Amino acid sequence: MSVTESGFIGAPLKRKEDDPLLRGRGTYVDNIDLPGTVVMVVVRSPYAHATIASIDTAAAKAAEGVVAVFTGAELRDDWKAAMPCAWPVTEDMKNPEHFPLAVSQVNYQGDGVAVVVADTRAHAVDAAELVDVEYEALDVIVDVEAAAQEGATLVHEDLGTNVCYVWPLETGTFDEGADVIVKHRYVQPPLIPNAIEPRGVVARPEPGGDVTLWSATQVPHILRLLTAATLGMSETRLRVIAPDVGGGFGSKLDVYAEELLAVALARRLGTPVKWVEERSENALATIHGRDFVTTLELAATKDGKITSLRANVIASMGAYLQLVTPGIPLLGAWIYAGPYAIPNYSVMFTGVFTNTTPTDAYRGAGRPEATYVLERTMDLLAKELGMDRVELRRKNFITEFPATIASGLTIDNGDYHASLDKLLEHLGLGTLLAEQEGRRERGDVKQIGVGFSTYNEMCGLAPSRILGAIRYAAGGWETATIRCLPTGTFQVVTGTSPHGQGHETAWSQIVADQLGCDPSEVEVLHGDTSISPFGLDTYGSRSLPVGGAALWTAGEKIIEKAREIVAHQLEVSVDDLDYEAGTFTVRGSPDKEMTVKGAAWAAFAAHDLPDGMEPTLEATATYDPPNFSWPGGAHAAVVEVDTETGDARLVRYVAIDDVGTVVNPLIVDGQVHGGITQGISTALFEEAIYDEDGNLANGTMAMYLVPSAAELPSFELDRTKSKATDHPFGAKGVGETGTIAAAPAVINAVIDALSHLGVTDIQMPATPERVWRAIEEAKK
Amino acid sequence: MHQVALTVNGTRHELEIEPRDLLVHVLRERLSLTGTNVGCDTSSCGACTVLLDGQSVKSCTVLGVQADGAVITTIEGLAANGELHPVQQAFHDHHALQCGYCTPGMVMAAVSLIESGEATDRDAIRSGLEGNLCRCTGYHNIVEAVFAAAGSPS
Repeated sequence: MSVTESGFIGAPLKRKEDDPLLRGRGTYVDNIDLPGTVVMVVVRSPYAHATIASIDTAAAKAAEGVVAVFTGAELRDDWKAAMPCAWPVTEDMKNPEHFPLAVSQVNYQGDGVAVVVADTRAHAVDAAELVDVEYEALDVIVDVEAAAQEGATLVHEDLGTNVCYVWPLETGTFDEGADVIVKHRYVQPPLIPNAIEPRGVVARPEPGGDVTLWSATQVPHILRLLTAATLGMSETRLRVIAPDVGGGFGSKLDVYAEELLAVALARRLGTPVKWVEERSENALATIHGRDFVTTLELAATKDGKITSLRANVIASMGAYLQLVTPGIPLLGAWIYAGPYAIPNYSVMFTGVFTNTTPTDAYRGAGRPEATYVLERTMDLLAKELGMDRVELRRKNFITEFPATIASGLTIDNGDYHASLDKLLEHLGLGTLLAEQEGRRERGDVKQIGVGFSTYNEMCGLAPSRILGAIRYAAGGWETATIRCLPTGTFQVVTGTSPHGQGHETAWSQIVADQLGCDPSEVEVLHGDTSISPFGLDTYGSRSLPVGGAALWTAGEKIIEKAREIVAHQLEVSVDDLDYEAGTFTVRGSPDKEMTVKGAAWAAFAAHDLPDGMEPTLEATATYDPPNFSWPGGAHAAVVEVDTETGDARLVRYVAIDDVGTVVNPLIVDGQVHGGITQGISTALFEEAIYDEDGNLANGTMAMYLVPSAAELPSFELDRTKSKATDHPFGAKGVGETGTIAAAPAVINAVIDALSHLGVTDIQMPATPERVWRAIEEAKK
Repeated sequence: MHQVALTVNGTRHELEIEPRDLLVHVLRERLSLTGTNVGCDTSSCGACTVLLDGQSVKSCTVLGVQADGAVITTIEGLAANGELHPVQQAFHDHHALQCGYCTPGMVMAAVSLIESGEATDRDAIRSGLEGNLCRCTGYHNIVEAVFAAAGSPS
């Protein structure tokens, strides 16, 4: 059967999730208040690199309300394994041993050294200030390129190097003799993900040594597995619940020290332990994204056919490897050529330790970093060739699908010309360029620029065999269960773990179309390892491409069993039954029909089932995707730059995306809005700034610019559609597309606005100071 | 300890609080009104916005003792007789929330903005909501929701 999109799939249904959230009845971790709860506060290092000479906890232990104080050394034996890294990307990758609290040395500002537990948060915070830690400061290395050099200050002396790994992928030789070669170095600074809900955990000890852990996490299943492993517990003794989670963007895709500490302390103290992160603590203790320095080279013929690509990527790991830290750069490794057919491909990644907060997944994770350098370099190449930047892109688009690209993967489907055509229809480029020309001629203070980004990306993480081949420790499948309840309603259990993405609504729409009910008749359960024992959670734009496909596959199993029940009850052959949208009809007997709901009752009553058939109508499917998901599209930014102050303001943003079949356009547009905002913000506002001593200089929301509505325009969105051929109903991922596409469009626009002044480069974020300096530099 | 009296969502409460207790902590921890969220520690994010004597305030920026005698409305007090307030309804209609964490504060700020007559157009709404941060929506649908609610009788 095929999806017609005449039903609930494709309809802009308002979300089921909204009502409690709108009424202030969300169940975020900080709202969980269990009897007897004690509050944990982590004492963190103010130094980025130091040995711990001594820790005196006596005064803290004596303070009002304090239940316990522990140092890293005192808890060392609670850990049966070091903090987990699930992606040893090479055989010889360096992985410094890392525990939830540092034992003898701290390696970034914010590294935990002790915990204080008290009856109230206020008492715990007060007592934490009384923990007296004596540090002996060490030399600090912050800059990722400097850290990669021979003789650099070492973050981990015992490793003998700051280089974590070197990972090359070369499938062709760079054409050094090409007509034109452009080469440019790009800095992409560290970013603080800033989910508006900080992290938080509550761990409750249960009788017999079991623990229930509530965590603001994207990954309850992964967290359960690895928390149990780190603590040497049986998985069966740990239940993990992700309640309402206030955004993640990759930053809650991890196994964090505080999750492990809360479980360990709940077991030690025999009472519920709660920890909630402060925002400035979040800036230090939750992972950062990006922090790449990349040199990209493109070689082309003089008429603009790109023949070779070479990238050299230096990526900061921060001080330690978190869950998937070393793999993040590699998630971009196959798409440095983007939507373009470039035959010779060579990329090289060097992961490097620095005395900074560990990096890990932040929206897009490796792919924005690839798209940024490619789309910036496309503009440079167009300029070098004297060719129109849009034409250069068109000339190199992949047009035949499925397309096996030079990096070795196969793109199942796409239509990059269609997206670009539609973008140009919406944009009104001629009018914009005439306006630009007028302002240039008049010498206006405020100049405008237009920037493009045509992109594709690989998401829907991920085919398990490929993950195995690139040394990721687990698979990339997803599970779903559908239970047809006797009253004709449906219970869905999904292994995905939404935190704003609207899975309850979207999954209901899928079931409603496939099994013939109203979405309100579908209940979607998620985020609790006792309810959904198998699942690989939500990240990497995987929930619909993988989890939605699992759900669809479970639905097909339901239909097959129902078909046998219906055939038996109507006394016809299964081959005589047609099925559409929940109803079986008998070919040639239009008066005979029976629904899935009817079959569900029959399976529940079990009075008259085919011989040997088990009662109840229920199915579970585990879907392992045959390929990644390959969305793509074309984006354009229009900026106005004040040439006297350097202030660059985004005035328009047009995004045309191809995400295949859309289940809920409201939700998809929302994902795109949020995604492009994070990309725009990367381009214009955001950077975690470290001083040379490794102090995070802007680690608060007062100092680090998370944009408000006032910094942004409304967005202009549209879509093209090429269905994913590797997905049962043609859907592609959408969660990261905007973030992947947006940053280069914006920076290309800023440079375009100033190109007549001789400006050719501006480093992200394009702050007023950077823009002003670029203008002044170009005058010299 | 100080004695304070607060009228919250129509109910009068007499409480003994510490001078350092922030209004948001009084609401959340003493009155169990956990709809008001805490998102930062620098009064930047606005997740904790409530109405205090009809004005929107960040409840992390007000001491509990300062609120003595005040009439306070939190997100829990906005819906009347179970029906969503027009701003809450508009947020639902326009998909103006994703994770929902900023939503209580954003809704309260929007209610105040509309009641003050300042939500006259989309630019004014953007400026008026400058103190409330959302990381999910990119604000596009929040602006549409507030614009729609501002145009409908409340």
